Amino acid sequence: MSTSESATSSKRWPAIRFNVNGEARIVKVPAMKRLLDVLREDLHLTGTKEGCGEGECGSCSVRMNGELVNSCLVPVLQAEGADIQTVEGLALDGELHPLQEAFLCHGGAQCGICTPGMLMAAAQLLDQSPHPDMAEIREALAGNLCRCTGFMRIFESVAAAVDAQSASPATRLTTEQMHHAR
Amino acid sequence: MRGNAAMHDLVGPSTLDAVLDLLAADPGAWTPIAGGTELMVAFAAGRLAAPKLISLWGIPDLRKIEVTPQSIVIGGAATFIDLRRHAAIAAELPLLAKAASWIGSVANQGRATLGGNLVNGSPAADSSPALLAYDAEIELISLRGRRRVPYSEFHTGYKRNVLAADELLYAIHLSRRFAHHVQYLRKVGTRRAMAIAKVALGATALLDKGVIREIRLGAASVAPFPTRLLQTEAALLGQTITRDTIQSAQRALLAEVKPIDDIRSTSEYRRRVAVNLLDEFLLQLRREESQ
Repeated sequence: MSTSESATSSKRWPAIRFNVNGEARIVKVPAMKRLLDVLREDLHLTGTKEGCGEGECGSCSVRMNGELVNSCLVPVLQAEGADIQTVEGLALDGELHPLQEAFLCHGGAQCGICTPGMLMAAAQLLDQSPHPDMAEIREALAGNLCRCTGFMRIFESVAAAVDAQSASPATRLTTEQMHHAR
Repeated sequence: MRGNAAMHDLVGPSTLDAVLDLLAADPGAWTPIAGGTELMVAFAAGRLAAPKLISLWGIPDLRKIEVTPQSIVIGGAATFIDLRRHAAIAAELPLLAKAASWIGSVANQGRATLGGNLVNGSPAADSSPALLAYDAEIELISLRGRRRVPYSEFHTGYKRNVLAADELLYAIHLSRRFAHHVQYLRKVGTRRAMAIAKVALGATALLDKGVIREIRLGAASVAPFPTRLLQTEAALLGQTITRDTIQSAQRALLAEVKPIDDIRSTSEYRRRVAVNLLDEFLLQLRREESQ
């Protein structure tokens, strides 16, 4: 674990501590700063995208304490002490997450702006429900908009990741467990 | 213009008492913020007129869901995911569980709170028709003490409510006596996820030998705030469900709803759909009675 401090820190602001992708981080920024902006500007984790900036499109989805959230709607003070996972935290030790592999193999990404949010929403689904049917996949991704009209391939990519999971003998593991098991 | 985080003070007391102290010390100066799904949108757009905010996120007292012999009591800052995962709510308050599943998306449901939905006071609030149909009570808290008001009297105008400047919405009380009522909830919107209701109707009723002995109708997007349809209820109470009853209920409904034309729909469409939803409920009621 390393601790890094925001380059834009100011003595005026309180120190806010949280973990991002397993790493302890401290930022000194205004408490109302959006988690999205802290991730991108202060921590330089630019995988998380801003789409609409009003919680409608899901591009900025990250996981906070095991729940999917739109990081554009989280004032960073409310992330104090939280465990946050961004798209940068999906691949482990240079190996893609099964969802990322499935998106690559099945054309799940076109322009790519929605992709990090789609991946995080799908990862959340697989942790809650390891064997979702298509209806569950659609519901889980209903808050993530793709403007390249790529929804079918995205749904198919998630279904393929579910199938890949089921095909292996180490089934019924969550995506997190799958990762650690590999 | 984008919002500037440095222009707002946000504090995060760790206890409810500390929140109430701040509110009491300077009533009206603070804006409570729970999951931020409403206020952060205004902030990002540069139209959040709240220089001082108090975070309610992470205060355990406000997020409890308690089941007592008579009631299910939901903390004001319980999220819609909390509601969806609660076995007693799923089993006994299916309308509320359904409404929770309609709020925005999974990412919104993990942050948006039941109390926030009510305090924000959108005329289209997704949880309101169910809470009106279940005759919910709202518990308010301040340093001065606690008080309870019927939810049907909580909203007093467009985005206005009975909360005093030093008060918080503490909990929502729901009676467990609706298990044998016929229950109905339907929202009409543009798409299933993320859409704001053009019209929504929630209803509970109790029949005895074909006669309506109890009925509550709660509607969204037909008035400046979510509202009971008291005239329509009066037209149905004590009646059997006949063609005449349905027609007089329709007339009462059309006389009391005041929907508007806006970006999402027209007044005329909303009036027609509201009538259709009432019909659908009354037909369901008659069907379940005859079974």
